[in-house]
Amino acid sequence: MDLYRDFILTHYHHPHNFGHLSDPDIDDKKGNPFCGDQISVTIKLTSNKKKVEKINFEGTGCAISIASASLLTDYVTGKDIISIMDLKKEKVIELLGITLSPTRLKCALLPLETIQVSLLSHLR
Amino acid sequence: MFDVQKIRQDFPIINKKINGKPLVYLDSTASSLKPHQVISAENKYYEDYGVNIFRGVYSLSETATEKYEEARKIVAGFIGSSDEREVVFTRNATEAVNLAASSWGRSSLNQGENLVSTVMEHHANIVPWQEICREKKAELRFIDIVNLGQLDLDNLAQLIDQKTRLVALTYVSNVLGTINPVKNIINNIKSINSRTLILLDAAQAVPHLKVNVADLGADFIVFSGHKMLAPTGIGVLWGKYDVLQNMPPYQTGGEMIREVYLDHTIYNEIPYKFEAGTPNIAGTLGLAEAVRYLTGLGMNNVRNHEIEIVDYALNQLGKIKEITIYGPIKARDRGGVIAFNVKGIHPHDLAQILDTDNICIRSGHHCAMPLHQRLNIPASCRASFYIYNTRDEVDKLAEGIQKAQKILTTKD
Ligand SMILES: Cc1ncc(COP(=O)(O)O)c(C=O)c1O
Repeated sequence: MDLYRDFILTHYHHPHNFGHLSDPDIDDKKGNPFCGDQISVTIKLTSNKKKVEKINFEGTGCAISIASASLLTDYVTGKDIISIMDLKKEKVIELLGITLSPTRLKCALLPLETIQVSLLSHLR
Repeated sequence: MFDVQKIRQDFPIINKKINGKPLVYLDSTASSLKPHQVISAENKYYEDYGVNIFRGVYSLSETATEKYEEARKIVAGFIGSSDEREVVFTRNATEAVNLAASSWGRSSLNQGENLVSTVMEHHANIVPWQEICREKKAELRFIDIVNLGQLDLDNLAQLIDQKTRLVALTYVSNVLGTINPVKNIINNIKSINSRTLILLDAAQAVPHLKVNVADLGADFIVFSGHKMLAPTGIGVLWGKYDVLQNMPPYQTGGEMIREVYLDHTIYNEIPYKFEAGTPNIAGTLGLAEAVRYLTGLGMNNVRNHEIEIVDYALNQLGKIKEITIYGPIKARDRGGVIAFNVKGIHPHDLAQILDTDNICIRSGHHCAMPLHQRLNIPASCRASFYIYNTRDEVDKLAEGIQKAQKILTTKD
């Protein structure tokens, strides 16, 4: 079954960047609940506050949302806040490497939304 | 005679293959499948007399009007109402609750009064009341659940007082399956405050059990056609004659008027007062046909089949390792629905893997977020059963869950 290929399941069972940073610049406690998935992030910025130095996520989710969070947190580490704000769904699909139905696409996009919303609240 | 194999012949979808495999439909709580009799009844309207009602003197329009009103009588009879003027056609159960909340609430609810609902409600029986309470500065209280998902009725006397204007509660939970002892509850409520109105969400009851409004003592009952073999887009608000009579219109315009002048309007009588505009005529005729179909099977037989299949499913699913089943233990105490979680597997993933074998279950919060919060779970899986489901389909579900466990859980 294509969706649950080993690559996705490995990220699901052993997600990268899972946990809670001890000294974050951004602590999005609220998280972003969607249909039983709930993901929240803590972010440490670089000293000039322009880039993501470290990012952790925690919460519960399906294989797709957890794998997406794992891959995406890897991807945004070291990236400019501005460029992260520009990320679109295509990037998430590319990282996951699977085709998704509209419903499951929402699961896959939840981590991106969560990251962008928490960065946005920081920018404001 | 209740013969599942014969019943299955009536449902075109069941007899089709999808990607070469049969359909295992276990989501009738969301929407039931439709038998060809209902589909034909809807088609027949369009093919034979598909014109508007109440408007033409030509015979086609008279025929359509007659059939529409005959449908109202059939539906009234099905729920034990001797007065078909008490049956208002709506789009669905949700619109029926909104009609009651908006019309009754706007005209009758006052600041400082309260309404009571329960934590096991579908959003349809919470959100409209939240809105009207916010608007009227009234309080919305909730009956909690205990143990396995029964309503906490010991605290009724604390929740209901002389300012409680209405209690909105479900007959059968669409998640836990709990069949609430509504007749007793209504009695108790009325003995605390005889003026408190009761709205019963019977969306999961009317399709599955014999419901008799004369016997229950509720003031409003709502349900949806699409969960009881009928088309989508047709639902019912049943209300006691006197209660409906005193309510202002919900929507205004054509059909719901008697006389219109440029500066004022005299409204039509009930139920027409609440049916503004051209209704879902085909859907209404489909609903009447669905009622005929269910009546032909006999609601007692429908219920007995459901108890048998749910009992079997509780047993088979109960054997699966790491499964948690929510709601009452005995099939007799529940409707046709079983919500569950499997340790280490998110409901979306389970539902997706089952889908590869055409097994349709629901995953998520099933429009009952407050209940999931109360159960302290983010989501659940839900399998539900109706007249066409078989033991073999239960076995396929159980196998599918075990297959998902193999795919999704690791040993380390
Ligand atoms: C208990 C209950 N109430 C209300 C509804 C709302 O029904 P509808 O979406 O047809 O308005 C449903 C179905 O989803 C339900 O299960």
